[in-house]
Order: sequence, then C-alpha cells, then structure tokens
Amino acid sequence: MDWFPLLNSLRIAVISTVIIFFAGIFAAYYIAKAPRLVKGVLDVILTMPLVLPPTVVGYLLLCLLGPRRPVGSFFLSAFGIKMTMTWWSAIFATSVVIFPLMYRTARGAFESFDETLAYSGRTLGLSNTFIFWRIRMPACRQGILAGTVLAFARALGEYGATSMIAGYTPGRTATISTTVYQLWRTDNDALAFKWVLVNMAISAVVLLAVNMLEKKQKRERSA
Amino acid sequence: MALFVDIEKKLGNFLLDVSFEADRDVLALLGASGCGKSMTLKCIAGIERPDSGRIVLDGRVLFDSDKRIDLPPQKRRVGYLFQQYALFPNMTVEQNVACGVRDKSDRPARAAEMIKMMHLEGTEKKKPAQLSGGQQQRVALARILVNDPEVLLLDEPFSALDAHLRFSLEQQVREVIESFGRTVLLVSHDRDEAFRIASHIAVMRDGRIETMGEKHEVFAAPLTVNGARLTGCKNITPARVLEDGRVLAEDWGLALAVSGETEGLTHIGIRMHDVAPCENENEENAALCAVVEEIENPFSVTVMLRPYEEAQGLVGMELPKETWAAVRAEKVLVRLPAEAIITLKE
Repeated sequence: MDWFPLLNSLRIAVISTVIIFFAGIFAAYYIAKAPRLVKGVLDVILTMPLVLPPTVVGYLLLCLLGPRRPVGSFFLSAFGIKMTMTWWSAIFATSVVIFPLMYRTARGAFESFDETLAYSGRTLGLSNTFIFWRIRMPACRQGILAGTVLAFARALGEYGATSMIAGYTPGRTATISTTVYQLWRTDNDALAFKWVLVNMAISAVVLLAVNMLEKKQKRERSA
Repeated sequence: MALFVDIEKKLGNFLLDVSFEADRDVLALLGASGCGKSMTLKCIAGIERPDSGRIVLDGRVLFDSDKRIDLPPQKRRVGYLFQQYALFPNMTVEQNVACGVRDKSDRPARAAEMIKMMHLEGTEKKKPAQLSGGQQQRVALARILVNDPEVLLLDEPFSALDAHLRFSLEQQVREVIESFGRTVLLVSHDRDEAFRIASHIAVMRDGRIETMGEKHEVFAAPLTVNGARLTGCKNITPARVLEDGRVLAEDWGLALAVSGETEGLTHIGIRMHDVAPCENENEENAALCAVVEEIENPFSVTVMLRPYEEAQGLVGMELPKETWAAVRAEKVLVRLPAEAIITLKE
C-alpha cells in the first residue's frame, strides 16, 4: 500500500490548521469587539464557506487562482508559480472551508470571556499582548482547542474544493478522500476499503479528543 | 485637590455628567444601580472614554478632551478593585500578585513581601477558585497595592458577599484605606457602608451628582428627595409652607413646625428613629396616631402610624422593644421633633 495519500492529507491538514488557527483567532478577536452592524455583515461573509457546497468554494477559488485568472496569472507571470494542481493548492481549499469552524468557536469563547479581567490587567499596567496571550487565551483555551481539533478533522476530510483545485495525481496531489473516490471509481474496492478504515480510525481519535476536551472543560467549570 | 473630575458621556438616552474634586481621603459615590457611579470609575480608570471633559490626578492630566490627552489605563496608576475582584483564574495567588509589580526586576521579592503583609502566606500556590471570598479580596487588594496606585477605586467591594462576611471584609478594606493615605473613591448603594467607610459622600442620580459634602452634613441635610431616600430616610411626603410659617405635610395631613430652611421646599422627611412617643398633646408637633402595623426587627420595633383617618401616607416609627412595650396601644401620641424634620427639594 502506498502511504502517500495519508502523508499528503496530514501535511495539508496540519498546515491549513496552523494558518487558520491564527487567522480565525485574529478575526474572532476583532469581530467580537466590532459594532453590531459590522459584526453582522462580516459574520455572514466569514461563515459562508461553512454552508456553501465545497464545489462552490472550489469554483470560486479557481476563479481567483486559475492560471488565466487575476491572482493566478500574476503569480505565474511574476514568479513562474502555478497556483493550482499542486499538492499545496489543496491548502487554499481546506483553509477556506475550515476557517468558519475556527472563527466561530473562537468567537464564542471570546464572547464568554469576562472582560473585567482584561480591564484589571490594563489598570495594573500589563501590556495588551500580555493580557491577550497570558490571560484571555488561557481563559478561552478549551473552546479554542475544541475549534482547532474540529477544524483539523474537517481539513482531513475535505474533498470537493480540494479535488477541483488540486485534482487527483497519484503520488503528487492525492489525498485520502480523493484516493477513496478514485479507487472506488476504478473498481478497486478492496483498497478503497482500507483507506476508508484509515479515515475512520483518524476520525474516531479526533472525536475522542473533542469529547475529552469537553469533559475537562466541564470539570474545570464545576471545580 | 488630589483628584479633579469633570466629565460628560452620552450612552443612548443616558447622560453621565459629573464633576467633583476629592482630597486625600475617602469619597463615596452613593446611588441606586444604573445612576452612573460605576461608569464614573471606569472613565477615571480609562476603561471607558468620556465624550468630553477633564480628569486630573495629583497634577497629572489623565484625560483632557480639549488637549486631546487620553492616557491608556496602563499609565494612569489607578488601583481598581472590581466587584468580583477580577483575579486571573489561570494564575496562582503568587502570580496574580506578581502581575501587579511594575518593576520587573523585583517581581518575586515584592510580591512575597505584599503576600506577607496581607496575611496570605500559605496560599501562594493556590488558584483563586480555591480561596475563600475574604482571601480573594485580600489577593485583589494585594495585587492593587503592590502596583503602587495614586488613587484607589472600589466598585461595590462587598456586593458579592454573604451578609456575615461583609462586615469583617469591610474592616479589612478600612484598614487598607487607612494605611493607603491617598485618595479613595468608593462606589456603593449601601448608605451604612458608605457612611462607615467614607469621609465625604456624593449622592448620585440619573448620571448627576445631586448633593455632595462631608458625610455628617450630607446625612443631616440631604437636600433632595433622592438623597434623603438613599441616606435611609423612609418617611417622606410632599409638603408646602403655610402662611403661619409652619409646613403642611400633605400625605400625613399634619401641620408641622420646622426648624430648617423652608424656602423652596417641595417635600419634607423624618427618619423613623427620630419619631418618638410623647406624653403631652400640647407639645410642638405632637399627633395622635392610629397604629396600622407593627413590624418586629431583631432589636427594635417599626410601628406604622396613620396620623388621621383620611391620611394617604403612613409615618413609620422605629423604637426599642421595651420603649414600645411601655406605650403600646391602638392609638399612640407621638412627636415629630421640629429639629429632626428634613426639608427637601424634588
């Protein structure tokens, strides 16, 4: 069995989760503080990928990054880089799809944060950076961790947008989900089943992790 | 003056418009919830920004809308004790106090010293959630004092506590205030607490300061109906001045002699413990009243009296149990001493 799809899926999921971890927290932090109207509008736009079919996300990304499209043609002519059909093209797809999961859980955590903790930190002379990383983040830790794990799981399972922007090239862009589809399509049921089992094992581990986090959160709240 | 505040801030329909000066002692902002007292503290601390005005602390301008000065809370040197203390839940007592030390090179030593001073030895490694309410307050005070603030802002410091804890914690706070020796602002809706802790009292209502002054003066002559209520005067009635100089208490139907200034009054009031039984109906301000209700308190009795049959309002009288037992009847003769009657404006 060629393990490339597992490796590829993992690296795509890890990289996009790291990117979205910071982007989601950044967006959540500033939007939680924004005026109501701005908040409402941005919320709709940023949550959209959660409810859009992944193929629509893929289509929109191709409209932007395709070799003859504005961003895609710029990178091609300026740096000779083709933005689609490489293994890392899938990072664009998974990042867009998992962003709302991270953003929404982080925002929920920030909104339940007791703002007087930040106020007292400021009157004590603590810097805003210190307050953010040493007081706000630890207090919201459980929610943010749960969001990260969920985002990672979703990134591993991304299929629609990924297949459109990165395609399926064995040994180059194949991920677990695109491999399962390709194997099934070519009547290789036995191998497809093996990949299904791998996928289910990873999902089970992720869900266990989420459950453990939630239990820990409950324990800490009742303590 | 150690602290000068003159600010205005609009919040929807609510207008906060306060100006006051405070010396190096304790000023209590007394008012019902929603009157803007906590907002005033937040503006001084820099957590909220006034629309316009000036805040000066010991000659340092913290805020000046004309000169576009608005120091961040970090630079104001203001010690803010929050209602729920706002201890950092993820840090130990030691770390919480260390957060307050401004000189970073000296952190552990200064924190340890303050922990000792506040009698918190043995709790250093505990998290705030593992401490009692009293200890939490001491940690919060330690964290503020080690920060060396130039003014202390206490926001309803005892509202989060059970009644039996309240008094001992109040004592703790009074000790801290005494050794602090600088300006202290206390926000409270409890008149007794404000009276015990503060030297001066400002009575607030709807975003404004109605009455302000030395606490005995404020309690003796609250000037406004709201001030009288907040300082615990329960007998208040609309009133008008009669031709003979006496005052007609409209709800009670009594014409009373008054020793205070009657010019422009709209109401009068008298504290329940100033109403007392008397023996001679010819005494000044004596009235024969029907007893409507007797309410037993732990150490006294409150008697609700109707001065005459058509009277719309009742007069409450609070007196020791033995005194009441001696005069108890369906109708009692009481006196509303002229010098105890407070003349009020709406």
